[in-house]
Amino acid sequence: MRYPAFLQRIADRADVQPVRILTFSINGQAVSAREDETILSVARENGISIPTLCHLDGLSERGACRLCIVEIKGSPKLSPSCVTLPRQDMEVITNSDRVLDYRRKILELLFTERNHICSVCVSNGHCDLQALTTELGMTHVHYDYLHTRHAVDASHERFSVDHNRCVLCQRCIRVCEEIEGAHTWDVMGRGYLSKVITDLNQPWGESTSCTGCGKCVQVCPTGALSEKGKSVAEMTKRRQFLPYLKLMRGDESR
Amino acid sequence: MTRIRVATTWLDGCSGCHMSFLDIDENIIQLFDRIELVYSPLVDFKTIPENIDLALVEGAVSSEADKEEILTLRSRSKILISFGDCAVTANVPGMRNQFSVMETLSRAYVENSASGQILPSGSVPKLLEYSRPVHEYVAVDLFLPGCPPPAGVILSTLSDLIDGRPPSLGGKTRFGA
Repeated sequence: MRYPAFLQRIADRADVQPVRILTFSINGQAVSAREDETILSVARENGISIPTLCHLDGLSERGACRLCIVEIKGSPKLSPSCVTLPRQDMEVITNSDRVLDYRRKILELLFTERNHICSVCVSNGHCDLQALTTELGMTHVHYDYLHTRHAVDASHERFSVDHNRCVLCQRCIRVCEEIEGAHTWDVMGRGYLSKVITDLNQPWGESTSCTGCGKCVQVCPTGALSEKGKSVAEMTKRRQFLPYLKLMRGDESR
Repeated sequence: MTRIRVATTWLDGCSGCHMSFLDIDENIIQLFDRIELVYSPLVDFKTIPENIDLALVEGAVSSEADKEEILTLRSRSKILISFGDCAVTANVPGMRNQFSVMETLSRAYVENSASGQILPSGSVPKLLEYSRPVHEYVAVDLFLPGCPPPAGVILSTLSDLIDGRPPSLGGKTRFGA
Protein backbone atom coordinates (compact mmCIF):
# COMPACT_ATOMS: atom_id res chain seq x y z
CA MET A 1 0.00 0.00 0.00
CA ARG A 2 1.31 3.46 -0.90
CA TYR A 3 0.63 6.45 1.28
CA PRO A 4 1.05 10.13 0.43
CA ALA A 5 4.75 11.00 0.55
CA PHE A 6 4.79 12.55 4.04
CA LEU A 7 3.06 9.49 5.51
CA GLN A 8 5.11 7.08 3.40
CA ARG A 9 8.29 8.37 5.02
CA ILE A 10 6.88 7.32 8.37
CA ALA A 11 5.57 4.05 7.00
CA ASP A 12 9.01 3.26 5.60
CA ARG A 13 10.77 3.84 8.93
CA ALA A 14 11.88 0.54 10.31
CA ASP A 15 11.61 1.64 13.95
CA VAL A 16 7.98 2.67 13.54
CA GLN A 17 6.90 -0.10 11.17
CA PRO A 18 9.37 -2.90 11.67
CA VAL A 19 9.25 -5.36 8.78
CA ARG A 20 8.94 -8.83 10.12
CA ILE A 21 11.60 -11.31 9.19
CA LEU A 22 10.49 -14.88 8.80
CA THR A 23 12.16 -18.16 8.02
CA PHE A 24 11.04 -20.89 5.68
CA SER A 25 12.62 -23.43 3.37
CA ILE A 26 13.16 -23.72 -0.37
CA ASN A 27 14.08 -27.19 -1.61
CA GLY A 28 14.99 -28.12 1.94
CA GLN A 29 17.37 -25.17 2.28
CA ALA A 30 16.59 -22.87 5.22
CA VAL A 31 16.16 -19.24 4.12
CA SER A 32 15.08 -16.01 5.74
CA ALA A 33 13.06 -13.25 4.16
CA ARG A 34 11.27 -10.01 4.83
CA GLU A 35 7.56 -10.71 5.02
CA ASP A 36 6.93 -8.46 1.99
CA GLU A 37 9.39 -10.26 -0.30
CA THR A 38 8.13 -12.74 -2.87
CA ILE A 39 9.23 -16.38 -2.91
CA LEU A 40 10.83 -15.71 -6.30
CA SER A 41 12.92 -12.87 -4.97
CA VAL A 42 14.06 -14.86 -1.92
CA ALA A 43 14.93 -17.86 -4.10
CA ARG A 44 17.07 -15.73 -6.39
CA GLU A 45 18.82 -14.06 -3.46
CA ASN A 46 19.78 -17.55 -2.35
CA GLY A 47 21.03 -18.67 -5.74
CA ILE A 48 18.03 -20.90 -6.46
CA SER A 49 16.92 -20.37 -10.02
CA ILE A 50 13.25 -20.30 -11.00
CA PRO A 51 12.39 -19.70 -14.66
CA THR A 52 10.31 -16.60 -15.44
CA LEU A 53 8.89 -14.87 -18.49
CA CYS A 54 6.58 -12.03 -17.46
CA HIS A 55 8.76 -11.02 -14.50
CA LEU A 56 11.28 -8.26 -15.12
CA ASP A 57 13.44 -6.65 -12.45
CA GLY A 58 12.27 -3.06 -12.07
CA LEU A 59 8.61 -3.67 -12.96
CA SER A 60 5.72 -4.63 -10.70
CA GLU A 61 4.72 -8.30 -10.69
CA ARG A 62 1.78 -9.47 -12.77
CA GLY A 63 1.71 -13.28 -12.45
CA ALA A 64 0.74 -13.50 -16.12
CA CYS A 65 2.86 -16.36 -17.45
CA ARG A 66 2.77 -18.89 -14.57
CA LEU A 67 6.18 -20.27 -15.48
CA CYS A 68 7.52 -19.53 -11.99
CA ILE A 69 5.07 -21.93 -10.32
CA VAL A 70 6.32 -23.76 -7.24
CA GLU A 71 4.95 -26.42 -4.93
CA ILE A 72 4.03 -25.42 -1.39
CA LYS A 73 3.74 -28.28 1.04
CA GLY A 74 0.16 -28.71 2.22
CA SER A 75 -1.34 -26.92 -0.77
CA PRO A 76 -2.85 -28.98 -3.60
CA LYS A 77 -2.32 -26.23 -6.16
CA LEU A 78 0.86 -24.81 -7.61
CA SER A 79 1.57 -21.16 -6.80
CA PRO A 80 3.25 -18.52 -8.92
CA SER A 81 6.33 -17.59 -6.89
CA CYS A 82 6.48 -14.03 -8.28
CA VAL A 83 3.25 -13.04 -6.53
CA THR A 84 3.28 -15.40 -3.55
CA LEU A 85 4.64 -14.20 -0.22
CA PRO A 86 6.34 -16.66 2.12
CA ARG A 87 4.93 -17.59 5.50
CA GLN A 88 6.74 -18.78 8.58
CA ASP A 89 7.88 -22.43 8.25
CA MET A 90 6.48 -22.74 4.74
CA GLU A 91 8.10 -25.53 2.71
CA VAL A 92 8.60 -24.56 -0.93
CA ILE A 93 9.73 -26.95 -3.67
CA THR A 94 10.86 -25.36 -6.95
CA ASN A 95 12.09 -28.38 -8.89
CA SER A 96 9.84 -31.40 -8.35
CA ASP A 97 8.94 -33.52 -11.37
CA ARG A 98 5.39 -32.20 -11.12
CA VAL A 99 6.52 -28.57 -11.25
CA LEU A 100 8.94 -29.16 -14.13
CA ASP A 101 6.26 -31.06 -16.05
CA TYR A 102 3.68 -28.28 -15.66
CA ARG A 103 6.18 -25.57 -16.57
CA ARG A 104 6.99 -27.37 -19.80
CA LYS A 105 3.30 -27.77 -20.56
CA ILE A 106 2.66 -24.07 -19.95
CA LEU A 107 5.53 -23.20 -22.28
CA GLU A 108 4.20 -25.56 -24.97
CA LEU A 109 0.75 -24.02 -24.71
CA LEU A 110 2.26 -20.57 -25.25
CA PHE A 111 3.68 -21.89 -28.52
CA THR A 112 0.32 -23.29 -29.65
CA GLU A 113 -1.58 -20.06 -29.08
CA ARG A 114 0.21 -17.85 -31.56
CA ASN A 115 2.66 -18.18 -34.41
CA HIS A 116 6.15 -18.25 -32.99
CA ILE A 117 8.39 -19.03 -35.95
CA CYS A 118 11.85 -18.57 -34.43
CA SER A 119 13.74 -19.00 -37.70
CA VAL A 120 12.20 -15.90 -39.31
CA CYS A 121 11.88 -13.74 -36.20
CA VAL A 122 13.67 -10.46 -35.58
CA SER A 123 14.46 -11.66 -32.06
CA ASN A 124 15.85 -15.07 -33.06
CA GLY A 125 18.71 -15.80 -30.64
CA HIS A 126 17.78 -12.93 -28.31
CA CYS A 127 14.36 -14.11 -27.18
CA ASP A 128 13.28 -15.00 -23.65
CA LEU A 129 10.62 -17.42 -24.92
CA GLN A 130 13.09 -19.20 -27.17
CA ALA A 131 15.69 -19.38 -24.39
CA LEU A 132 13.10 -21.01 -22.12
CA THR A 133 12.68 -23.93 -24.54
CA THR A 134 16.33 -24.82 -23.95
CA GLU A 135 16.19 -24.08 -20.23
CA LEU A 136 13.10 -26.24 -19.68
CA GLY A 137 14.14 -28.94 -22.13
CA MET A 138 11.18 -28.46 -24.46
CA THR A 139 11.94 -30.36 -27.68
CA HIS A 140 8.50 -30.21 -29.27
CA VAL A 141 4.88 -29.27 -28.62
CA HIS A 142 2.54 -32.10 -27.58
CA TYR A 143 -0.63 -30.11 -28.27
CA ASP A 144 -2.33 -29.09 -31.50
CA TYR A 145 -1.47 -25.60 -32.72
CA LEU A 146 -4.41 -23.21 -32.89
CA HIS A 147 -3.32 -21.63 -36.21
CA THR A 148 -4.75 -18.28 -35.18
CA ARG A 149 -4.39 -15.23 -37.34
CA HIS A 150 -3.09 -12.06 -35.74
CA ALA A 151 -2.44 -8.61 -37.09
CA VAL A 152 0.80 -6.72 -37.52
CA ASP A 153 0.64 -2.99 -36.78
CA ALA A 154 3.48 -1.09 -38.42
CA SER A 155 1.77 2.30 -38.32
CA HIS A 156 4.26 3.78 -35.85
CA GLU A 157 7.14 5.70 -37.38
CA ARG A 158 9.91 3.74 -35.65
CA PHE A 159 8.38 0.61 -34.10
CA SER A 160 6.08 -2.22 -35.02
CA VAL A 161 4.00 -4.77 -33.15
CA ASP A 162 3.45 -8.31 -34.41
CA HIS A 163 0.70 -9.87 -32.31
CA ASN A 164 1.61 -13.32 -33.67
CA ARG A 165 4.66 -13.23 -31.40
CA CYS A 166 3.01 -11.76 -28.30
CA VAL A 167 2.82 -13.90 -25.14
CA LEU A 168 0.63 -11.41 -23.23
CA CYS A 169 3.24 -10.96 -20.48
CA GLN A 170 2.16 -7.31 -20.17
CA ARG A 171 5.69 -6.02 -19.66
CA CYS A 172 4.97 -3.30 -22.25
CA ILE A 173 1.87 -2.23 -20.36
CA ARG A 174 3.72 -2.07 -17.03
CA VAL A 175 6.79 -0.22 -18.27
CA CYS A 176 4.63 2.33 -20.07
CA GLU A 177 2.49 2.96 -17.03
CA GLU A 178 5.01 2.60 -14.22
CA ILE A 179 8.22 3.97 -15.70
CA GLU A 180 7.25 6.20 -18.62
CA GLY A 181 3.97 7.30 -17.04
CA ALA A 182 2.11 7.36 -20.34
CA HIS A 183 -0.13 4.27 -20.06
CA THR A 184 -0.43 4.00 -23.82
CA TRP A 185 -0.57 0.20 -23.69
CA ASP A 186 -3.34 -1.87 -22.24
CA VAL A 187 -4.98 -5.21 -22.88
CA MET A 188 -8.36 -5.97 -24.41
CA GLY A 189 -10.39 -9.12 -24.95
CA ARG A 190 -10.39 -12.35 -22.99
CA GLY A 191 -8.44 -15.58 -22.93
CA TYR A 192 -6.26 -16.40 -25.90
CA LEU A 193 -8.04 -13.74 -27.95
CA SER A 194 -6.68 -11.03 -25.67
CA LYS A 195 -4.36 -8.53 -27.27
CA VAL A 196 -2.25 -5.62 -26.21
CA ILE A 197 -3.54 -2.35 -27.61
CA THR A 198 -2.39 1.24 -27.88
CA ASP A 199 -4.80 3.88 -26.58
CA LEU A 200 -8.36 2.76 -27.30
CA ASN A 201 -7.31 0.12 -29.82
CA GLN A 202 -6.17 2.73 -32.33
CA PRO A 203 -3.23 2.13 -34.65
CA TRP A 204 0.01 2.75 -32.73
CA GLY A 205 1.02 5.46 -35.17
CA GLU A 206 -2.13 7.42 -34.35
CA SER A 207 -1.76 7.13 -30.57
CA THR A 208 -1.85 10.54 -28.92
CA SER A 209 -0.48 9.30 -25.59
CA CYS A 210 2.60 7.45 -26.91
CA THR A 211 5.77 9.44 -26.31
CA GLY A 212 7.81 7.29 -28.70
CA CYS A 213 10.29 6.45 -25.93
CA GLY A 214 10.57 2.80 -27.01
CA LYS A 215 10.76 1.35 -23.48
CA CYS A 216 8.04 -1.15 -24.38
CA VAL A 217 10.13 -2.43 -27.27
CA GLN A 218 13.18 -2.91 -25.07
CA VAL A 219 11.35 -4.87 -22.36
CA CYS A 220 9.33 -7.10 -24.72
CA PRO A 221 10.62 -10.67 -24.19
CA THR A 222 9.96 -11.80 -27.77
CA GLY A 223 9.93 -10.27 -31.24
CA ALA A 224 6.38 -8.95 -30.77
CA LEU A 225 7.62 -5.39 -30.32
CA SER A 226 10.57 -4.42 -32.45
CA GLU A 227 12.35 -1.50 -34.02
CA LYS A 228 11.69 -1.00 -37.69
CA GLY A 229 14.51 -1.85 -40.06
CA LYS A 230 15.66 -4.87 -38.06
CA SER A 231 15.84 -8.15 -39.95
CA VAL A 232 15.95 -11.74 -38.71
CA ALA A 233 17.94 -12.10 -35.46
CA GLU A 234 18.98 -8.43 -35.47
CA MET A 235 16.68 -7.18 -32.72
CA THR A 236 18.64 -7.17 -29.48
CA LYS A 237 16.94 -5.58 -26.52
CA ARG A 238 18.57 -3.14 -24.09
CA ARG A 239 17.08 -3.43 -20.63
CA GLN A 240 19.86 -1.94 -18.51
CA PHE A 241 17.98 1.35 -18.26
CA LEU A 242 15.31 -0.13 -16.04
CA PRO A 243 17.11 -0.84 -12.73
CA TYR A 244 19.14 2.35 -13.37
CA LEU A 245 16.03 4.51 -13.69
CA LYS A 246 14.48 2.90 -10.62
CA LEU A 247 17.63 3.55 -8.61
CA MET A 248 17.98 7.19 -9.72
CA ARG A 249 14.38 7.89 -8.85
CA GLY A 250 14.83 6.33 -5.43
CA ASP A 251 11.80 4.10 -5.74
CA GLU A 252 13.63 0.80 -5.72
CA SER A 253 11.44 -0.52 -2.93
CA ARG A 254 8.22 -0.29 -4.89
CA MET B 1 29.98 -55.86 -38.65
CA THR B 2 26.55 -55.27 -40.12
CA ARG B 3 25.96 -51.68 -40.96
CA ILE B 4 22.96 -49.81 -39.61
CA ARG B 5 20.35 -49.15 -42.27
CA VAL B 6 19.60 -45.42 -42.36
CA ALA B 7 16.97 -43.60 -44.41
CA THR B 8 16.47 -39.86 -44.76
CA THR B 9 13.73 -37.91 -46.45
CA TRP B 10 12.61 -34.34 -46.90
CA LEU B 11 8.97 -33.44 -46.88
CA ASP B 12 7.96 -29.74 -46.85
CA GLY B 13 11.33 -28.19 -46.03
CA CYS B 14 14.17 -26.36 -47.71
CA SER B 15 16.75 -29.21 -47.63
CA GLY B 16 18.85 -27.11 -45.23
CA CYS B 17 18.87 -29.86 -42.60
CA HIS B 18 20.33 -32.28 -45.13
CA MET B 19 22.93 -29.64 -46.04
CA SER B 20 23.80 -29.36 -42.35
CA PHE B 21 24.15 -33.17 -42.29
CA LEU B 22 26.67 -32.92 -45.12
CA ASP B 23 28.49 -30.25 -43.10
CA ILE B 24 29.89 -33.00 -40.85
CA ASP B 25 32.57 -32.97 -43.58
CA GLU B 26 35.19 -35.74 -43.45
CA ASN B 27 33.44 -37.39 -40.50
CA ILE B 28 31.05 -38.76 -43.08
CA ILE B 29 33.72 -41.28 -44.15
CA GLN B 30 33.94 -42.86 -40.69
CA LEU B 31 30.20 -42.60 -40.24
CA PHE B 32 29.60 -44.55 -43.43
CA ASP B 33 31.74 -47.40 -42.10
CA ARG B 34 28.94 -47.86 -39.60
CA ILE B 35 25.82 -46.98 -41.60
CA GLU B 36 24.32 -47.81 -44.94
CA LEU B 37 22.18 -45.14 -46.57
CA VAL B 38 19.31 -47.21 -47.97
CA TYR B 39 16.97 -44.36 -48.95
CA SER B 40 17.54 -40.60 -49.21
CA PRO B 41 17.25 -37.63 -51.58
CA LEU B 42 21.06 -37.71 -51.51
CA VAL B 43 21.21 -41.16 -53.11
CA ASP B 44 19.38 -42.79 -55.98
CA PHE B 45 16.81 -45.13 -54.47
CA LYS B 46 13.29 -44.42 -55.63
CA THR B 47 11.24 -46.47 -53.19
CA ILE B 48 11.27 -46.83 -49.42
CA PRO B 49 12.83 -50.22 -48.51
CA GLU B 50 11.82 -52.49 -45.63
CA ASN B 51 13.76 -52.94 -42.36
CA ILE B 52 15.10 -49.44 -41.81
CA ASP B 53 16.91 -49.05 -38.48
CA LEU B 54 16.99 -45.28 -38.35
CA ALA B 55 15.01 -42.67 -40.29
CA LEU B 56 15.69 -38.93 -40.36
CA VAL B 57 12.70 -36.83 -41.45
CA GLU B 58 13.20 -33.25 -42.54
CA GLY B 59 10.23 -31.00 -43.27
CA ALA B 60 6.61 -30.58 -42.27
CA VAL B 61 3.74 -32.73 -43.48
CA SER B 62 1.97 -30.42 -45.93
CA SER B 63 0.61 -32.49 -48.81
CA GLU B 64 -1.03 -35.84 -49.52
CA ALA B 65 2.33 -37.06 -50.82
CA ASP B 66 4.09 -36.02 -47.58
CA LYS B 67 1.47 -37.88 -45.58
CA GLU B 68 1.84 -41.06 -47.60
CA GLU B 69 5.63 -40.85 -47.39
CA ILE B 70 5.72 -40.41 -43.62
CA LEU B 71 3.20 -43.19 -42.95
CA THR B 72 5.17 -45.65 -45.09
CA LEU B 73 8.53 -44.59 -43.68
CA ARG B 74 7.25 -44.94 -40.12
CA SER B 75 5.88 -48.42 -40.74
CA ARG B 76 9.25 -49.59 -42.05
CA SER B 77 11.55 -47.88 -39.52
CA LYS B 78 12.58 -48.87 -35.99
CA ILE B 79 13.66 -45.39 -34.86
CA LEU B 80 12.29 -42.23 -36.45
CA ILE B 81 13.79 -38.80 -35.80
CA SER B 82 12.07 -35.46 -36.40
CA PHE B 83 14.98 -33.69 -38.01
CA GLY B 84 14.90 -29.90 -37.79
CA ASP B 85 12.33 -27.22 -37.00
CA CYS B 86 9.97 -27.90 -39.93
CA ALA B 87 9.57 -31.54 -38.88
CA VAL B 88 9.29 -30.57 -35.20
CA THR B 89 7.04 -27.48 -35.37
CA ALA B 90 6.01 -27.01 -39.04
CA ASN B 91 8.12 -23.82 -38.88
CA VAL B 92 8.13 -21.79 -42.12
CA PRO B 93 5.80 -24.13 -44.09
CA GLY B 94 3.36 -23.70 -41.19
CA MET B 95 3.17 -19.95 -41.77
CA ARG B 96 0.47 -20.63 -44.35
CA ASN B 97 -1.74 -22.18 -41.66
CA GLN B 98 -3.30 -18.79 -40.90
CA PHE B 99 -4.75 -18.82 -44.40
CA SER B 100 -6.94 -21.24 -46.32
CA VAL B 101 -5.35 -23.52 -48.91
CA MET B 102 -7.15 -21.56 -51.65
CA GLU B 103 -5.78 -18.24 -50.36
CA THR B 104 -2.27 -19.72 -50.30
CA LEU B 105 -2.51 -21.17 -53.79
CA SER B 106 -3.94 -18.05 -55.37
CA ARG B 107 -1.27 -15.93 -53.70
CA ALA B 108 1.44 -18.09 -55.29
CA TYR B 109 -0.08 -19.00 -58.63
CA VAL B 110 -2.33 -16.04 -59.46
CA GLU B 111 -1.52 -12.82 -57.56
CA ASN B 112 2.26 -13.19 -57.79
CA SER B 113 2.38 -14.93 -61.14
CA ALA B 114 3.45 -12.95 -64.19
CA SER B 115 2.02 -15.43 -66.64
CA GLY B 116 -0.23 -18.44 -66.68
CA GLN B 117 -2.22 -17.63 -63.57
CA ILE B 118 -3.59 -21.14 -63.39
CA LEU B 119 -4.03 -23.06 -60.14
CA PRO B 120 -2.24 -26.42 -60.23
CA SER B 121 -4.40 -29.50 -60.55
CA GLY B 122 -3.06 -33.04 -60.57
CA SER B 123 0.50 -32.12 -61.57
CA VAL B 124 1.63 -31.47 -57.99
CA PRO B 125 0.54 -33.19 -54.74
CA LYS B 126 -2.63 -31.82 -53.19
CA LEU B 127 -2.03 -29.57 -50.19
CA LEU B 128 -3.53 -30.60 -46.86
CA GLU B 129 -5.58 -28.06 -44.93
CA TYR B 130 -2.69 -27.41 -42.54
CA SER B 131 1.03 -27.89 -42.66
CA ARG B 132 1.73 -29.95 -39.53
CA PRO B 133 4.65 -31.33 -37.55
CA VAL B 134 5.57 -34.97 -38.16
CA HIS B 135 4.53 -36.14 -34.69
CA GLU B 136 0.93 -35.12 -35.37
CA TYR B 137 0.80 -37.98 -37.90
CA VAL B 138 3.16 -40.67 -36.60
CA ALA B 139 5.02 -41.59 -33.42
CA VAL B 140 8.41 -39.90 -33.23
CA ASP B 141 11.25 -41.34 -31.15
CA LEU B 142 13.56 -38.34 -31.02
CA PHE B 143 13.25 -34.62 -31.71
CA LEU B 144 16.15 -32.68 -33.12
CA PRO B 145 15.12 -29.00 -33.24
CA GLY B 146 17.13 -26.38 -35.07
CA CYS B 147 16.93 -24.43 -38.30
CA PRO B 148 19.01 -26.29 -39.18
CA PRO B 149 20.34 -28.47 -36.35
CA PRO B 150 24.11 -27.85 -36.20
CA ALA B 151 26.31 -30.45 -37.95
CA GLY B 152 28.01 -31.39 -34.68
CA VAL B 153 24.71 -32.23 -33.04
CA ILE B 154 23.64 -34.37 -35.99
CA LEU B 155 26.92 -36.28 -35.86
CA SER B 156 26.87 -36.78 -32.08
CA THR B 157 23.22 -37.87 -32.14
CA LEU B 158 23.84 -40.42 -34.88
CA SER B 159 27.03 -41.66 -33.19
CA ASP B 160 25.20 -42.06 -29.88
CA LEU B 161 22.38 -44.02 -31.49
CA ILE B 162 24.77 -46.25 -33.46
CA ASP B 163 26.71 -47.02 -30.27
CA GLY B 164 23.50 -47.70 -28.38
CA ARG B 165 23.80 -44.68 -26.07
CA PRO B 166 20.78 -42.48 -25.34
CA PRO B 167 21.51 -39.25 -27.22
CA SER B 168 21.57 -36.08 -25.15
CA LEU B 169 20.91 -32.74 -26.83
CA GLY B 170 21.59 -30.83 -23.61
CA GLY B 171 20.95 -27.36 -25.02
CA LYS B 172 23.30 -27.84 -27.97
CA THR B 173 20.54 -27.01 -30.43
CA ARG B 174 17.44 -24.86 -30.19
CA PHE B 175 14.49 -23.71 -32.24
CA GLY B 176 15.35 -21.16 -34.91
CA ALA B 177 19.06 -21.86 -35.23
